[in-house]
Amino acid sequence: MGGAKAHLDATEADLLERARQGDKEAFYSLVCPCERSVYTAAVSILNNPADAEDVAQEAVLKAFTHLARFRAEAKFSTWLIQITINEARLKLRKDRRHLQESLDEPHTNEDGEYIPKDFADWREVPSETLQQKELREALKRAIAHLPLKYREVLILRDVQQRTIKETAQILDLTEGAVKTRLLRARLQIRDALAPGVDGTWTTSKAGYQKVRPW
Amino acid sequence: MRVIEISCLEVWREISNYVDGEVDAELRARLEAHFKVCAHCTAILDGMRNVVKLVGDGVEYELPDGFSQRLYRKLMDR
Repeated sequence: MGGAKAHLDATEADLLERARQGDKEAFYSLVCPCERSVYTAAVSILNNPADAEDVAQEAVLKAFTHLARFRAEAKFSTWLIQITINEARLKLRKDRRHLQESLDEPHTNEDGEYIPKDFADWREVPSETLQQKELREALKRAIAHLPLKYREVLILRDVQQRTIKETAQILDLTEGAVKTRLLRARLQIRDALAPGVDGTWTTSKAGYQKVRPW
Repeated sequence: MRVIEISCLEVWREISNYVDGEVDAELRARLEAHFKVCAHCTAILDGMRNVVKLVGDGVEYELPDGFSQRLYRKLMDR
C-alpha cells in the first residue's frame, strides 16, 4: 500500500521498530495510549470487567506475538482494537453467554425499520441530571442489552469517538452498515432512557408529556 | 430553495446521520423543515443528541484500578 507509513509519526514508527526486535518496554509505550479503548471494547462486548481485563491482556500479548503482521496500513490502535474485538467475540462464543443477551427485541415495522417506542420530550436535560446515578446505571444497562452488532458500533463511534470510516474498518463493515447500526443503537438507547419510561430523568416533571401519535 | 416534504419514517431513517452532520445540504433542509413542524421528531432528535452526549463522556468505562500495572506485568512476565 503506497504511502502507508504516513499514518505513523516518528515516535510511533521508532517504538514499533524497537518492539519488533523484542523490546517490550517499547511495545508497552505503544499500547499505553490505547489501553482504555482496549478495555472499553472488551468490557462492552463481554459485559464483565474481569473477563474484559483477561481479554484485554490476551489481546495485547497476541499483538506483541504477531507484531510482524502489522504492516502499518492502519493505525496501530486500530489494529490493536481489531484484535481485542476478535478475542472478545471468541470468548463470548466460547462462554455462550450471548444466549442471554438481546432480551429486548427492537420495535420494527413490516419493512424492518425501527419505530421509536414513544415520543417523550427529552429536551430539558440539565448537565447535573446527566450525572445522576440512576441515569448512568440505566444507560449502562441499556448499552449492555443492545444486540452485540449495535453495541460494537456504538462503543467505537460514540464512546471512543472514532469516525464512521475507522469504525467500518475495525469491524470490517461498509460505512453504510455502520450508519444503519449506529442509528438503531442510538434509537434503542433513547427509547430505553426516554423519560417516557417513568419521567424521573427530568427535573421539572410538570413539563413532561408522554405522547403517542397512534 | 424549495424544500420537498419528508415523512416521519424518512426522518427517523436519517436522524442519526443528521446528528453526525452526514447528510447533504438538500436533505438537511428537508429535515430541518420537518423538525420545525413536528414535535415528535424533534423529541426524538433531542433524545438522540442527549444519548450521544451521555454515551460520549464514557464514564461507564473507567479502567479498573491497577489495570495498567497488571497489563505491564503480564507483558514483562511473558
